[in-house]
Amino acid sequence: MLSLQAEWGRVRAVAWKDLVAERRTKSNFNAVVAMAALMLLFFGFALGPDAEALRNAAAGVLWLTIFFSGVLAFNRSYQLELEAGALEQLLLYPGERWAIYLGKLLANLAFVFLMELITLPLTGILYHVAFPARWFAVLSVLVLGTIGFVSLGTLYAAMASRSRSREVLLPLLLFPMMVPVLIAASGATAALLVNDVMGDSGAWIRLLAAFDVIFLIAATWAFQFVIDG
Amino acid sequence: MAPGEVLGIVGHNGSGKSTLLRIAATAVRPTRGGGNVFGADLIQSAHEVRSMVALLSTESGVYGDLTALENLRFAARMLGTPATADALQESLERVGLGQEGGTLARTMSSGMQRRLSIARMLLRRARLLLLDEPFNSLDKNGAGLVNQLMRDTCERGGSVVLVAHDLARAEQQPNRTVEMRDGLLNGPGIDAVTAS
Repeated sequence: MLSLQAEWGRVRAVAWKDLVAERRTKSNFNAVVAMAALMLLFFGFALGPDAEALRNAAAGVLWLTIFFSGVLAFNRSYQLELEAGALEQLLLYPGERWAIYLGKLLANLAFVFLMELITLPLTGILYHVAFPARWFAVLSVLVLGTIGFVSLGTLYAAMASRSRSREVLLPLLLFPMMVPVLIAASGATAALLVNDVMGDSGAWIRLLAAFDVIFLIAATWAFQFVIDG
Repeated sequence: MAPGEVLGIVGHNGSGKSTLLRIAATAVRPTRGGGNVFGADLIQSAHEVRSMVALLSTESGVYGDLTALENLRFAARMLGTPATADALQESLERVGLGQEGGTLARTMSSGMQRRLSIARMLLRRARLLLLDEPFNSLDKNGAGLVNQLMRDTCERGGSVVLVAHDLARAEQQPNRTVEMRDGLLNGPGIDAVTAS
């Protein structure tokens, strides 16, 4: 019990450290939000002025925007560790490796949720999406999809962090693994934005929840092998 | 190594001195063989080793976007040591950074960052100190801090491994000095230790 408490203390310490560093510089957050806004605009231009076409594409575009922008955040979270050899010192603290992973996961989740707070209303405005009647279910899908995305992203960023070409390597490793989450999250969001008239959002949400459980357990366990190199 | 012993390691650049220290600190897994620190196996009991060892490496390992005080607070929380703001401030004062608690580590000189990593080491109270070129970037006062750290560790019954090109800067001269050449240690009390 005491050991678990100590590990929870380390989880919070890692998350606190990453968030304080990010809040202080804001460089990464500004870049990620600007990237997300540009993507939403460009997809909008590509789809044309037809409001119906924009509405139909909104769910897919939103999730692609979250994925492509969010991936920038993961690299930054390990770049902090690579400066001045901080990663080596981080690994020399006593305690379990999974505590470091969960700390980084919490910080990355906070970062991506914050980014979504801006992209979500922007998507609504640019893609003519009315405020959904089942807004709580839409939020649940957003949370579940983000957890799946960030849990794998945090693990793969650790893997790519030791490579010189990590900026290129991370999306190449991560995106193929994200296909099931993208399909399930887009399917559920699209269904809920039209008030789920066909009643198929439930199946997508259950699938997303299952992915989250699998990804979280697998990534927490695998992190020790990835980070020790 | 005996309690209170200081072991000096000398050798050419690239001979494997830093690698040996990093293996002993569990920062690197040995590709072959193994070892133990105070009876704890480097691979099987890495957690135990980490709680007994502190490594001062050539890089400071500080977070540039955190202040000096925040760097120490993070270290204390990772070590599970309950440390009040006053206690952390005192650690900074011991290394001559008492006025720099709110300074971002990124804006500090390399010597000040080095002092900050010594302050971080002070939180550990390690039984085995692994010092890799500890006098680099440090002025006379800074070198005095390293010497004090070595003295304190030995007086507590701990041991020190010192890798330095200039062993003369160490006030407490090593009880034994061994030479490392191509990953092989040679000297008194060494049978066959490799850093591969």
